[in-house]
Amino acid sequence: MSVRRIAKEQPDSFAFSKESQAKVDFWLAKYPEDRKASAVIPLLWIAQKQENWVSEPAMRVIAEACGMPYIRVLEVATFYTMFNLGPTGTHLIQVCGTTPCWLRGADTLKAVCEKKIGPKGRDHVSADGKLAWEEVECLGACANAPMVQISNTEGDLYYEDLTAEALEQMLDDLAAGKAVKAGPISGRACSEPTQAKVKVLEDATLYDGSRAAAIDLLPNTDERKSDPEPSTKRPSSARAKSKAKTGPATAKPAPKDKAEAEKPKAARPKAPKNKDD
Amino acid sequence: MSENMRTIVIDGEEVTVPQEYNLLQASEAAGREIPRFCYHERLSVAGNCRMCLVELVGAPKPVASCAFLVKDMRGGPNGEPPQMRTLSPLVKKAREGVMEFLLINHPLDCPICDQGGECDLQDQSMAYGRSGSRFAENKRAVEDKNMGPLIKTIMTRCIQCTRCVRFSTEIAGVPELGATGRGEDMEITTYLEQSMTSELSGNVIDLCPVGALTSKPYAFNARPWELNKTETIDVMDALGANIRVDARMGGVLRIMPRIHDDVNEEWISDKTRFVWDGLSRQRLDRPYARRDGKLAPVAWEEALGIAAEKLSGDASKIGVIAGDLNDVEGLKAAKDLFDALGVTSLDCRQDGAKIGGQGREGYLFNSTIAGIDKADAILIVGSNPRLESPVLNARIRQRWLTGKCEVGLIGEAADLTYEYDHIGTGPADLAGLSKKRTGFIKALKDAERPMIIVGQGALAREDGAQVLRAAGDLAAKIGAVKEGWNGFNVLHTAASRVGALDLGFLPGEGGRDVAGMLDGASSGDVETVVLLGADEIDTSRLGQAFVIYVGHHGDAGAMRADLILPSAAYTEKNGLYVNTEGRVQMGARAVFPKGEAKEDWAIFRALSARLNKTLPYDDLNTLRMKLIEDHPTFGEIDHAPGAASAADFDPAQLGADGDVSDAPFESPITDFYLTNAIARASKTLAECSAMAAGARAELQAAE
Repeated sequence: MSVRRIAKEQPDSFAFSKESQAKVDFWLAKYPEDRKASAVIPLLWIAQKQENWVSEPAMRVIAEACGMPYIRVLEVATFYTMFNLGPTGTHLIQVCGTTPCWLRGADTLKAVCEKKIGPKGRDHVSADGKLAWEEVECLGACANAPMVQISNTEGDLYYEDLTAEALEQMLDDLAAGKAVKAGPISGRACSEPTQAKVKVLEDATLYDGSRAAAIDLLPNTDERKSDPEPSTKRPSSARAKSKAKTGPATAKPAPKDKAEAEKPKAARPKAPKNKDD
Repeated sequence: MSENMRTIVIDGEEVTVPQEYNLLQASEAAGREIPRFCYHERLSVAGNCRMCLVELVGAPKPVASCAFLVKDMRGGPNGEPPQMRTLSPLVKKAREGVMEFLLINHPLDCPICDQGGECDLQDQSMAYGRSGSRFAENKRAVEDKNMGPLIKTIMTRCIQCTRCVRFSTEIAGVPELGATGRGEDMEITTYLEQSMTSELSGNVIDLCPVGALTSKPYAFNARPWELNKTETIDVMDALGANIRVDARMGGVLRIMPRIHDDVNEEWISDKTRFVWDGLSRQRLDRPYARRDGKLAPVAWEEALGIAAEKLSGDASKIGVIAGDLNDVEGLKAAKDLFDALGVTSLDCRQDGAKIGGQGREGYLFNSTIAGIDKADAILIVGSNPRLESPVLNARIRQRWLTGKCEVGLIGEAADLTYEYDHIGTGPADLAGLSKKRTGFIKALKDAERPMIIVGQGALAREDGAQVLRAAGDLAAKIGAVKEGWNGFNVLHTAASRVGALDLGFLPGEGGRDVAGMLDGASSGDVETVVLLGADEIDTSRLGQAFVIYVGHHGDAGAMRADLILPSAAYTEKNGLYVNTEGRVQMGARAVFPKGEAKEDWAIFRALSARLNKTLPYDDLNTLRMKLIEDHPTFGEIDHAPGAASAADFDPAQLGADGDVSDAPFESPITDFYLTNAIARASKTLAECSAMAAGARAELQAAE
C-alpha cells in the first residue's frame, strides 16, 4: 500500500443520479439529523458505484449531505482502500495474493493480468479503458482458491477456482464487453468438495422434519406447551439429556407425539414418558 | 475530604486528587513528570502517542496515563487505595520502546530544524530515550504541505500527535486540518493543501511538539537560546493578550503567547504573533518637519521648538487625538500637558465611539473574559468578535461547545465558528428584542448569567449613545446586572482605549470630539492637531491645520503630518495597558526605540519644559506614582473589576435617550490583518490579508 492521493485531474462537478439519490436518501434517513455523518461511508460507496471512482467534487457533495467538513470526508476516503481516488478500468480485477491463493497459483493469475493489462495498480488502465488490476489481501474465499474479485459499477463479484487459461478467457470476454459468469468456474456449487466422493444424504427423514421432536419446553422459560401450569421444576437441560440418551433413531414418529401434545390435559411431562420408553 | 476526591498511591506516596483527573494530571499533582506528545490540557484526549505510559498495579500492561481516569482505578482486594508507578523499570522500558518507535521515522535533521533547542521530541529523547536505535531500515519520507504564508511544514518530522488537527477543530472552530491515509502513510494536511483560514492558525506552531509545523517568517532566523525573552502585553486588540517577545540585537524576531488563564489562556491571534516584522519597517526613527511641502529630517531641539511654538497659541484652537496603541503613561503625560495648556479638545475615540464619561462599568467588559465560561446566554450587538478579538471569540466558542450557552447576534451575519441566532442587523432589532416574548429573548431572560456584548460597530456611529442606552435598557430588563454578576459588556477594538477612558482622555468643557476637531480643522477653526499615533482617522479632513504626529510608524497620520516626533512602539517601552475588561497589565521593553525615537511620556515631558508647564515627573516611576495617585485603578495590576461594583451600576442610565437610525450595524474591522500602523507595515500580514481577500472573492464568486 502506498500513499493514497486524490487524482490530479478532477471533474468540475458531481451530482448523484436519480437512482443513487434514492439510495442516499435511504442511508441518510437511517440516522438522526445530528448524526448524519454516520452515512459517510455508504454515501462514498454509492458515489463510487455511480462513477466507478470517488472524485473530489463528490467528496464535497457528500460532506455537505452529511454535514461534515470537507477534510473529514477526505480522511475517510483516503483511509479505506476500497475507495478509488482516481479513474480506473471499467472492471477492476482484484487478485487475491494471500497464502492459500498464492499456494494454489495466484502467481500465474498475476502473470496473466500483467500480460493482458499491464503493470498492477488501479491507475494503470488498459488501452481500451476497460481493465485494470491490483493485488489484494485475503478476500475470504480460501476454499475456492485461487480467486479474483472483479469490481465495476454493477457490483463486486467473486470468480473462483481460477486457472491462468480461464482468467485469460475472462479478461478477453470482459474487454469484448461479454458477460462473465461469477462464482467458481469449475462448475461446483459454492465450496463443495472437489475430490472426495460425494455422499448425498438420501434418507428423507433427515430433512423432512419428521425426526424433529415437537417443541415442548420453550427456550428461556419454564412453561411448557403441553402443561399450562408452570409447576414442574425440571430444568430444560434434563430434557436435552434424556433426548441424548434415547437418540433420534428411537424417537417416536412425529404424528403420534403431536397427537399427544395436542391433548390439552396431558398432565404428565413428556420427557419422562420418553424415558419410560 | 470531599466526595469528589480520591486517595491513590503514586510511587508509594499517597496523594489525594479529584476523581475526574486523569493519571497524568494526578502524577503532576504528586510532582511526577510524565512525558507526553499528544496530550494537551486544552485539547481533547487522543491517546495516540503512547509516551505517557505508566504502570498500574494489577493491570497486565502499562496504560496511557492521559486517557485513564483516577475514578476508573481499581483498589486492592481489601480496600487498599489503587496504586500506580511512574518510576518503575516497566515504565522506563515502555518509554524507551515508545521513543524508539517514534524516532524510527523521524529524521535526524535537528541541526537544520527550527524547533531545535525547544523541541519536545529532542528533550524527551534525551531524558527518556535509549542511547541508540536498532532500526537499520529505510525511514519514510512525507511530502511537505502548503498551509499558507504563516506556517512552514516539514512533514517528514511529524509524529502524528494530531494536536494541530484537534486545535483547528476544537479551539479555532475551522476544521481544515486532518489526517489522511492510514498507518505508515498517515499525513497531516489541510483540505487540498489550501491555506488555513483561521485567525488563530499560528498557535499550531506552538502546539507542534516537533519541527513539523514551524513559523515561516521566523524560519532559519535564530536559535531559542540566542534570544532575549521579554514578557509583555500585546496591543493588537483590546484583549491584552500576554505575550513573550523574543529579540536579538535590537530586533524583535518572534512573538509567542504566555499563559494567562483569565485573558488569553495560551492562545494568541495571528496578528499578534506575526506582526513583528512590521516593527522594523516604515519606522519613524528621527524627527521630521515639513519644509516646502516635503518632510525633512530635523534635530530634536528644532522639532520641539516648532512644536512648542505651535502649541503656545490659543488653546481652543488646538485638538488632540489619541490612537489605538498608546500606553497609559504616554497618554497621562500628554493629558497633563494639554490640561496645563488649557486644551479641552482631547479625544481618544478616533473611531467616534459614543462611550465613556459615565462611570467605568459603562465601557468595560464587566463579565470578564473568564466570565464567558459561566455565561448561559450571550447576545452580541454590532460586533464580529472573530475579527475584533479572535481569542475571545474562541472562548465564546468553547462555552458554546459545552451546550450550556446560547448565542444571539444583532449585526452583520458572519461565520463566527459557532452557531448563533441571528436576531437582526440594526438598532431597531435591538429595541424590538425586549418586546418579544419568544425566541432568543426567552433564553436571555431565563439565563442565570446572561451576557450582552456591545461592539464598536454599534457604538462608533451617529446614534451610538442611543444604541448604548438601548443595550443598557435591555441589560436592565433581563436582569443582566445583579449581585455577583455584571452581564453588560463592551468589546473594544483598541488596546489603548480603556486606559485612555480611565484617564478621562475625553473632550473637556466646550471641547471638541474627533468629529468636531476634524470639522474644525476643515473649516480652519482648529489650527493645530496633535495626533498620538492616530492613523485611523480621515486625514483628508485635517484641512490646513498644522499636524503634529507623535508616533512610531510612517502611516496615514505621518504622511499628513507637518511635524513628526518619533516615539516608541509597544515592544520598545515599559508601559501600562488596560484591556477591555479593565485589567491593568504591565508591558515591558524588549528592545530600545529605533534611532532617535523617544518614549512617548518623555517627549511630552521635554515639550512641557519648553512651554513652561514643566510636568512634575522626571522618570517613569514618578510618573506612575502620579498616575496612581490621580487614578487609583491603575495601581491594581492584573485585576479585572468584574462584578465588584455591579450593585451601583444601572445600565439603563447609559448613553443618551433619543431616536436611532435604521442603518444596520457594521463591524469596524473590514480587514483583520491590517488594523493598525504596525500591522500595515508588516509584509507577512499583508500576505495574509491578500490571501484572505482572495478567499473572500472566491467565496463570493462561488455564491
